[in-house]
Amino acid sequence: MKEIIGLFAQYLSQYFKTRFAYRADFLGEMVSNLVSELINLVFILVVFQHVPFLNEWNRDEIIFIYGFFLVPYALFSMFFSFWDFNERYIIKGEMDRILTRPLHNLAQVCLESIAPDRIFGVITGLIIMGYAAVRLKLDFAWYDLPIFIGLVLSSALIYGGVYTAIAAISFFSDSRTGIAPMIYNIQNYGRYPVDVYNKLIRFVLTWILPFAFVGVYPAAYLLGKKTLYGYAMLTPLMGIVFFGIGLAIWNWGVNKYQGAGS
Amino acid sequence: MGKMYAELIRMRFLTMLAYRVNYYSGIIIYAINIGAYYFLWGAIYGGQQQMAGLSAGQMTAYVAIAWMSRAFYFNNIDQEIAQEVRDGRVAIEMIRPYNYLSVKTAQALGEGIFRMLFFAIPGMILISFLIPFHFPASLQAWGLYLLSLLFAFVINTEINLLTGVITFFLFRNEGMMRSKRVVVDLLSGLILPISFFPGWAQTVMGFLPFQAINYYPSVIFTGAVSEARALQMIALQIVWVLVILIPITVLWQQARRKMIVQGG
Repeated sequence: MKEIIGLFAQYLSQYFKTRFAYRADFLGEMVSNLVSELINLVFILVVFQHVPFLNEWNRDEIIFIYGFFLVPYALFSMFFSFWDFNERYIIKGEMDRILTRPLHNLAQVCLESIAPDRIFGVITGLIIMGYAAVRLKLDFAWYDLPIFIGLVLSSALIYGGVYTAIAAISFFSDSRTGIAPMIYNIQNYGRYPVDVYNKLIRFVLTWILPFAFVGVYPAAYLLGKKTLYGYAMLTPLMGIVFFGIGLAIWNWGVNKYQGAGS
Repeated sequence: MGKMYAELIRMRFLTMLAYRVNYYSGIIIYAINIGAYYFLWGAIYGGQQQMAGLSAGQMTAYVAIAWMSRAFYFNNIDQEIAQEVRDGRVAIEMIRPYNYLSVKTAQALGEGIFRMLFFAIPGMILISFLIPFHFPASLQAWGLYLLSLLFAFVINTEINLLTGVITFFLFRNEGMMRSKRVVVDLLSGLILPISFFPGWAQTVMGFLPFQAINYYPSVIFTGAVSEARALQMIALQIVWVLVILIPITVLWQQARRKMIVQGG
């Protein structure tokens, strides 16, 4: 673990060196992250000019959920940004190199493709949450802070697990599957209360691709929505289970992996 | 000359066809997005019959057609140009006896036609089974929609050419291209119809070309605007097509003079 942290610092400094070679582009990318985070906020703000409630939820609650969602999502996209895993590691044969490294291969892949600029999403999320919390006059106890951190980490693990499992598909089939962008789009559903959707989608978002545990459920705890406390408390368990499944599929895939053709 | 561009359109179409399996997942992605917004708008409308000039039923049609129109007008030629500038291939492209930007446009059209046939049309049929949905009633309404969709394609392609040409000056502008994509999705009316925005925002957007990319064709499709208003929208689209040509021409002139081939 200590080794990973040391390497993390090394990769971080490498990352900034390469990024600062093209400063304007680096800045542009940060702006683009911010813009895409704010666009959903604009959607919420505009829609709530026309309606007071979305099912049982008011404007500030929806904003709070969205702000919460951004925090684990930013952590996830910082550490798991190998969107092009199939192309970069399997088709080009880079995975063979990874396997000769002493570090666990998933950690190695994560570190190589790390995207530290995504960390700003955490700040954006906290600001949005703070704004909503003030307007809702939410009261937090001291223990809510560790609970919040625990919930955020668990949520990020859920994403990480699902994503790792999908990336691992590349070990079994080296053709492009297009599943990753599909899952990426499904995460859009997690930003809003699941009671918006029909029973089937709600079930999928809770138990199969549990993205509701990245937004509504944990945020419901902080919002004091007692009816959803049960789900909120399940978040850490879901995080561990789904990351465990993802890792298991990954390890299985690595064992089955036969190397690149060339 | 025309024959050559027709051939370019055909070539791109065939290239896309060869890799069509990659795009089947695309149909599902669009279905996922349409589904998400369908339910979301259902909850937003709640019991309300009418919001911002659209009935609940028209809103359903809007969500579906907005995404399906995007399948036609969307392309990545700005990123293709950026890639070719970065790896130096653009030097070869520029000594060939054709206009580079027109070639890119032709390729974009080939891609658009492919997505229309293999993506939007099957997707639309699929969706009409899943969610309650009304197609335009008359042939005339269809004609107006398709005409405005064609102009939407031209405007979006022009904006992509513009951002692509900027690579000649900045060398790397992925960040800008990505922001452009999300901003276009919002301001074009894909995510929510322009009529939902507050008055001042609508006034500002009136001075921008983005709503001509999606809002105009989509709202024409839903039948929420009169025929006279639809024709007015198409006229505005034509104006934008011509206006955006000016900065493209100017920047392109500059770019050719200023070009530095990296790598090559």
